[in-house]
Amino acid sequence: MSREITLEVKNVKKKIRGKEIIKGISFKVEQGEIFGFLGPNGSGKTTTIRMLVGLIRPTAGNIEICGYDIQKHTNKALENVGCIVENPELYPYLTGMENLEHFARMLPHVPQKKIDEVVEKVDLGDRIHDRVKDYSLGMRQRLGIAQALLGDPKLLILDEPTNGLDPQGIKQMRSFIRGLADMGLSVFISSHLLSEIQLLCDRVGIILNGQVIHEGTVSSLLDESHRKMYWYVHPVAEGEKIIKGFSAVKITHVDHEEGFIITESDEEWVPLVNEELVKNKVKVSRAEWKKPVLEDLFLKLTGGNQFV
Amino acid sequence: MSNMYHLVMNEIIKLMRKKRLMVVFLILLVLVPIFTYAQLRVTLQTQKQLGTTDWKVALRQQINDTTNRLSSSRIPDEWKQWMKVRVQQQQYYLDHNINPTAPNAVTFTREFMSNSVNLFIPLLIVIIASDLVSGEVTSGTIKLLLTRPIKRWKILTSKLIALLLFVSIVVVLTGGMAYGISGMVFGYGGWTYPVLTGFQLQGETVGTATVHALPQWQYILMEYGLAWYACLAVACISFMVSVLIRSTAAGMGIMVAALIAGTILTNMVSSWESAKYFFMVNLNLTDYLSGTLPPIQGMNLTFSMITLGVWSLLALLISYSVFIRRDVLA
Repeated sequence: MSREITLEVKNVKKKIRGKEIIKGISFKVEQGEIFGFLGPNGSGKTTTIRMLVGLIRPTAGNIEICGYDIQKHTNKALENVGCIVENPELYPYLTGMENLEHFARMLPHVPQKKIDEVVEKVDLGDRIHDRVKDYSLGMRQRLGIAQALLGDPKLLILDEPTNGLDPQGIKQMRSFIRGLADMGLSVFISSHLLSEIQLLCDRVGIILNGQVIHEGTVSSLLDESHRKMYWYVHPVAEGEKIIKGFSAVKITHVDHEEGFIITESDEEWVPLVNEELVKNKVKVSRAEWKKPVLEDLFLKLTGGNQFV
Repeated sequence: MSNMYHLVMNEIIKLMRKKRLMVVFLILLVLVPIFTYAQLRVTLQTQKQLGTTDWKVALRQQINDTTNRLSSSRIPDEWKQWMKVRVQQQQYYLDHNINPTAPNAVTFTREFMSNSVNLFIPLLIVIIASDLVSGEVTSGTIKLLLTRPIKRWKILTSKLIALLLFVSIVVVLTGGMAYGISGMVFGYGGWTYPVLTGFQLQGETVGTATVHALPQWQYILMEYGLAWYACLAVACISFMVSVLIRSTAAGMGIMVAALIAGTILTNMVSSWESAKYFFMVNLNLTDYLSGTLPPIQGMNLTFSMITLGVWSLLALLISYSVFIRRDVLA
């Protein structure tokens, strides 16, 4: 595990108009991994991203990109980054190609070959010579990524890359981002959609109210120990009463309309509960283990009532 | 520096593709013929009123009129002073056989600039300058621009250079179109025609001791040079507003209001002396060439140029310090 660190954030704080928006966050992104930055709207995701790319200055702490401090060696650091902050905002009155040429001129030597290469990579084809104002959102998103790839960055920062895309577009975007990471690029993705991060990312940092409340691999977060048992029983009320009798089995949710009960317990308790239900003439139509989704985890980490 | 060359090229491409220069061109294309027609009507009207086409008669008539009004007690003293100077000037034209209002394209070009330097041309400049920075903020492209490995001051400088280039183009374009369009009506002659300049402002009077005649082309060069200087000042100030105010519409509104306030102030502040430090009452640089009394006592060409220069430098100073430090939040 001695992979290069492409992004390191150390105890970064940001105050805006006297209010502390970011309260000391730290995390690392390694080469070739997709790092998900997860948090509800207003938790400080975009503020953090803006600090990563030097749009705003942190009040305290350091941000290093490929070992260069964004404050002290801004240009060196930015040479290694491609980014889309919020929406892929390009010049609508220029064509896609003109936009790319515009941003290529702002980098230290990008040959035309490189421009053609990124156009091919994001699959814009002939439409590259149309004006951006006639592009669909998905095409703008792809052009934004093409622009971000122009300088051969080591780190790609994408703010909500699947926002506003149709299911087809989302799927394409995911496999595209995965492909970039497989080629050794670090990708930093922010999202408020838990499922998105779950499907796409290797590791995740969860931000809430300006603090990173959890950092770890997505798979470790979702390992077996957090799984839950879904009991589809009839009648539900009767079933609930019986399960409550087991002190080692915790009921986390009862759904009267759909007719199921969710429980948490060790595996050995399952047959015992089942036996007791059957004995009391409660019909068990189905019982299954379900892996937790990040939603559950999120609720658990945040105490459940801090966001909707 | 090839770096800066590329950045300026980017800004020029964007300005061209936003069709700002096209807007300016179209405005001139519509308005210059209107002004030409108005000029034609004025000439015809004067001739009709005087019942003769002899301009000497007209000029003598004007001098007589003014002298008569001077003897009236109802006219305030500051007006009298100005009218006396006008009479002196007109007498000088008459004595030296110079027709001050001869309608030809070159004279029109000269007059057009002297009438539009304090409001019309600055408005054209505002059209180009006002969304230079705020436009990028509104569209969000500022975030891409500032996340390139390029220092912020360089990005701002590239915009400034492009702006100064376009200001120069607008000034030349204005002159070119005034000449080209009015010439179709008045004929294209008049380049060597003598124009009087060198009036000296001594307190409330215009000194004529150093007055001399210049060929009109030379006068126009001086006039357009001064207009260019005034436009640069307007450009720098609009540039600052564009940096400070995120909304292009609000920024444009502020600039238009300031410029119009200038023309209103010019007409009413002869007794409020410190109003001369406003940039917008100093834009009429060409008036010093033609010997018109400035709106406020104590103003002269050097004063106005220094005032505009100081405003421009301050505007740039504020633009740079804000742009380099500002957090990009929107």
